[in-house]
Amino acid sequence: MLPKITRSLLPRALPLRRLVSTTPSWRSDALFVHRDTPYNNPKIAFEFNTENMKRAQEIISYYPPQYKKAAVIPLLDLGQRQNKGWTSISVMNYVANLLGMPPMRVYEVATFYTMFNREPIGENFVQVCTTTPCMLRGSTEILNTVCDHLGGIKPGQTTNDGKFTVVEVECQGACSNAPMLVVGDDFYEDLTPETTKKILSAFAKGQKPKAGPQSGRRTSENSAGLTSLTTKPYGPGEFCQPEFQ
Amino acid sequence: MSSSLRAASATRIPRPFRAPLRTQRSFATVADPPVRRYGGLKDQDRIFTNAYCRHDHGLKGALTRGDWHRTKDIILKGDAWIIQQIKDSGLRGRGGAGFPSGLKWSFMNKPGWQNDPRPRYLVINADEGEPGTCKDREILRGDPHKLIEGCLVAGRSMNATAAYIYIRGEFYQEASHVQQAIHEAYGAGLLGPNACGSGYAFDVYVHRGAGAYICGEETALIESIEGKQGKPRLKPPFPADVGLFGCPTTVANVETVAVAPTICRRGASWFAGFGRARNQGTKLYCVSGHVRNPCVVEEEMSIPLRDLVEKHCGGVVGGWDNLLGIVPGGSSVPVIPKDVCAEVLMDYDSLKDAQTGLGTGAVIVMNKSTDIVAAIARFSQFYKHESCGQCTPCREGTTWMMNMMNRMVEGRGHLREIDMLLELTKQVEGRTICALGDAAAWPIQGLMRHFRPEVERRIQEFRAANGAVGFGGHLANAADDTLALPDNLGLRLPEPEGADNAQV
Repeated sequence: MLPKITRSLLPRALPLRRLVSTTPSWRSDALFVHRDTPYNNPKIAFEFNTENMKRAQEIISYYPPQYKKAAVIPLLDLGQRQNKGWTSISVMNYVANLLGMPPMRVYEVATFYTMFNREPIGENFVQVCTTTPCMLRGSTEILNTVCDHLGGIKPGQTTNDGKFTVVEVECQGACSNAPMLVVGDDFYEDLTPETTKKILSAFAKGQKPKAGPQSGRRTSENSAGLTSLTTKPYGPGEFCQPEFQ
Repeated sequence: MSSSLRAASATRIPRPFRAPLRTQRSFATVADPPVRRYGGLKDQDRIFTNAYCRHDHGLKGALTRGDWHRTKDIILKGDAWIIQQIKDSGLRGRGGAGFPSGLKWSFMNKPGWQNDPRPRYLVINADEGEPGTCKDREILRGDPHKLIEGCLVAGRSMNATAAYIYIRGEFYQEASHVQQAIHEAYGAGLLGPNACGSGYAFDVYVHRGAGAYICGEETALIESIEGKQGKPRLKPPFPADVGLFGCPTTVANVETVAVAPTICRRGASWFAGFGRARNQGTKLYCVSGHVRNPCVVEEEMSIPLRDLVEKHCGGVVGGWDNLLGIVPGGSSVPVIPKDVCAEVLMDYDSLKDAQTGLGTGAVIVMNKSTDIVAAIARFSQFYKHESCGQCTPCREGTTWMMNMMNRMVEGRGHLREIDMLLELTKQVEGRTICALGDAAAWPIQGLMRHFRPEVERRIQEFRAANGAVGFGGHLANAADDTLALPDNLGLRLPEPEGADNAQV
């Protein structure tokens, strides 16, 4: 009875404040809860275009018919690519529907793996590796260069023109070519602040600079000249056991 | 009489003192065997001849480099023959644990396996995420056909019906090279219902991951292929009994599988001729950090660490004397200081004796310009980020370890906290389902084992500048004395021994 009275006494315009503290936990990289927003809600329709549908059918055929859900990661990836680089709630629902999975199982997967962006990203998704091998070769400087060059944004933010999103990532597996950053699917390795700026400027102009090491070497060989594999590779049957020659 | 006495006492004298006693050689003494130096592998003995992508990675190029050469004959030799070859070659798993591969593959062929109607899978672990490791990448993009052929040979040895290659999602170019190789192999009849014309049916599929270090763990990898979160499973049942899709499965590293056809063709004794006993073979080493020319190189097992760094990578930046320490096997193994680096050999046993491990053969070199505490703290941050959150000791422990390590970087802590941190690592280690908890604990243990004075120096300097620091990095002068503070915060602990001297 009493609460009813108090509520009726309160003026309508005054918002009801909850007394319990409900600060979100910011320990993690991204928010794990979905909240409907104008750009991300289940009412926005999504479905694969014909080309991706064909690919999706091929991917599903890789797995036993009773384990169709094994295709969830590749299909979410396909959906993300079609949806401008991020996985909206509609993409997840569509994949769940396609694979006959409970949507919750898809949400679980999409929140677990770091390559699924659950918020829109810029045209160019710049990921700078800052794990120890890259850190030893100066990745902190590269990250600062990237952030300064893009107008002083912080890792995790998108530039105002929507062209670049910068994030800090863990080891990308190109440690002999450190420091490195990834734009989209391409690795840019052996960076210096100068080459970093050059790459970003090229992307800003809509060009696509050549991926791979920027120092002149081709892959992960010794840059001062080969110390191995200098001779012509041996051919079929050479040095083999007599029965396999 | 005296000589027999001397001989008897010689057996009891420890080794360093025994040598000077033998002043003269009698006729019966055996000459010391020549000391074998490891390293200096010739190009003709390198398996990954296109590691630097200098040649065509497609089928045509692979055929000229000897891939798919008489694979049919290898397959027709049967499972027992292949497994025996791998056992004789002494191949140990190249993914980090170093389990003998022949033995592991033989677990799939238990007595009566023919009566089991379930399909059987080989899963290739190409989820290369360990910081420092970039060897599988060179195989995937340079020599994908070696891997596909390896899948077929290894699959035949364990009577598998299909292979899934789990490639980490970030390796887009590498995955497309492998996919291209698979298409070519199907087109040439090397895979499929009649692989290489041998009558053996075998399929290979690529499965791309989506960015999770934990999926490099074998059961987490299986979960991930099944379309779930990559959370490791409790063993037993081992994957060889219940694995992918509930069927017998073996998970193997890219490098382990890719060397198998060459071992079969060139003979087990050829492969076993490299490296020390129980550590045989060749290995791809990836060197990163403070060396002049970081690179990935295939070398003989048991090559001295110093030779590897100086011969193939142009040496440490600033010379060998400028070396501070080396992490010899990727982020999960403890760091070793310079004097140990000078004598250690790059193989499983030698590095284990040095209280570290070969891991994946990822050498991270740090010279004296390195902030070693910050470098290890960054590893802790990595493990905190990558912990899957399934086991409490790891989920909470990695966060605690990261927070403590971040404080150690500036020295904001109490000297007693070093031991508390070590105790914490011991409580995470071995109490989790998978080895990620151990892997998070070992770098910190290695740091404290070899670089504890450096951490202590920082703590004392911080204390000298900011006054007493309690547990958890709370400053004594920031404490509110009007409150009833418990005594166990370390704020009013007497200065430990040695701290006074450092402050003067």
